[in-house]
Amino acid sequence: MKFNKDILKLDAARVTDQLCETIRRQIRDDLKKSGAVVGISGGIDSTVVSALCARALGPERVLGIMMPEQESSGESERLARELAAQFGFEAIKEDITGGLAGLGCYEKRDEAIKQLFPEYDKTYKCKITIPENILTKDTFNFFHLMIQKPGGEPKTKRMTPGVYAQVVAASNLKQRLRMTTLYYHAEKRNWAVAGTGNKDEHMQGFFVKYGDGGADFKPIAHLYKIQVYQLAEYLGVPKDIISRIPTTDTYSAGSTQEEFFFGLDFFRMDMLWHAMETNVPAAETAAVLGLSVQEVEHGYAHIARKIRATEPLRMQPLEINLGA
Amino acid sequence: MEFNTEKARNEIRKFIVDSYLLGDESIKFTDSDSFMRRGIIDSMGILELTAFLEQQFSITVADSEMLPTNLDSVENLIGFIKSKSGS
Repeated sequence: MKFNKDILKLDAARVTDQLCETIRRQIRDDLKKSGAVVGISGGIDSTVVSALCARALGPERVLGIMMPEQESSGESERLARELAAQFGFEAIKEDITGGLAGLGCYEKRDEAIKQLFPEYDKTYKCKITIPENILTKDTFNFFHLMIQKPGGEPKTKRMTPGVYAQVVAASNLKQRLRMTTLYYHAEKRNWAVAGTGNKDEHMQGFFVKYGDGGADFKPIAHLYKIQVYQLAEYLGVPKDIISRIPTTDTYSAGSTQEEFFFGLDFFRMDMLWHAMETNVPAAETAAVLGLSVQEVEHGYAHIARKIRATEPLRMQPLEINLGA
Repeated sequence: MEFNTEKARNEIRKFIVDSYLLGDESIKFTDSDSFMRRGIIDSMGILELTAFLEQQFSITVADSEMLPTNLDSVENLIGFIKSKSGS
């Protein structure tokens, strides 16, 4: 089919049926489990995954777990409860603040931030951002740290490698503790843990290895983000979840996924990516998306570089086989 | 002081070999090889490389200069440092 603006439109009813059939088969035949545990954040991906699981397995075989911590948005819990009520599965809350504090998550992160901003203290909010528009320049990914005191002006600096690595390593404790919590509840019931990452997150490495990347099955890891939205519409997901701007829910200043990681709105990201994967010439993609050829080439290069650079995140632990 | 291209090349190559190739000098890469395409450096590596340039060559790398054309090969790095050093 010729590349066009509707090329990623799904037959949502057919795809939903296929996904539900596959989830049933994977849970029963491959994983030998009898239900699914899903971490629910009130975001679009975990919403679609939990709705699919409820439809595939029956809502009584699905448990949604909200796992807020002291820096989470309160909105997440409200939306997660709304979701559970709509699709009829049980939802529980596990506050992970105490666990994170015990692991030194906040302390270790703040220690790194103070290397860049000595004035930083607990009253500040912070977030990590990347270059704003990946299409205008063929730029490398690098990271800024923004801090802001309540009522104050934001301050931003490019992160040094040591600061970046420590802030990310400390913040990743959040996703890893959430994974541990999900497995506690799954093992207690002999159920499986559902992964909620979409194709954008999975292939471009926007997940924490053994954190939100740690799961038994990943039912939407092959779907572009804009296709996840189409399924959400079909499944009848509440409008305030669909219209919510995707966030990381990791940094206290409220970082959107676009500013933290993708650097581009999802429609253009996914269309560019699909065009690149199917070898559509840059000129043809540019004409369909209303971009210049150079912008498309920058987009192709950026996506390809990200997939390549994040390959180790998707690897299974490497084993050594020296033969008999 | 005149920019010493050969000295810069050796320092850059030593940094790359020590930091990303476990010090193994038998792994060959040319001055024009892309670090990213060869899988030598990832995005974290670019941050480390930038910090190295700033320290070793006493230059400041602006955000707008974080480009493959400046940073993604030994050749590009030498050209970039030269232009920053005013030689």
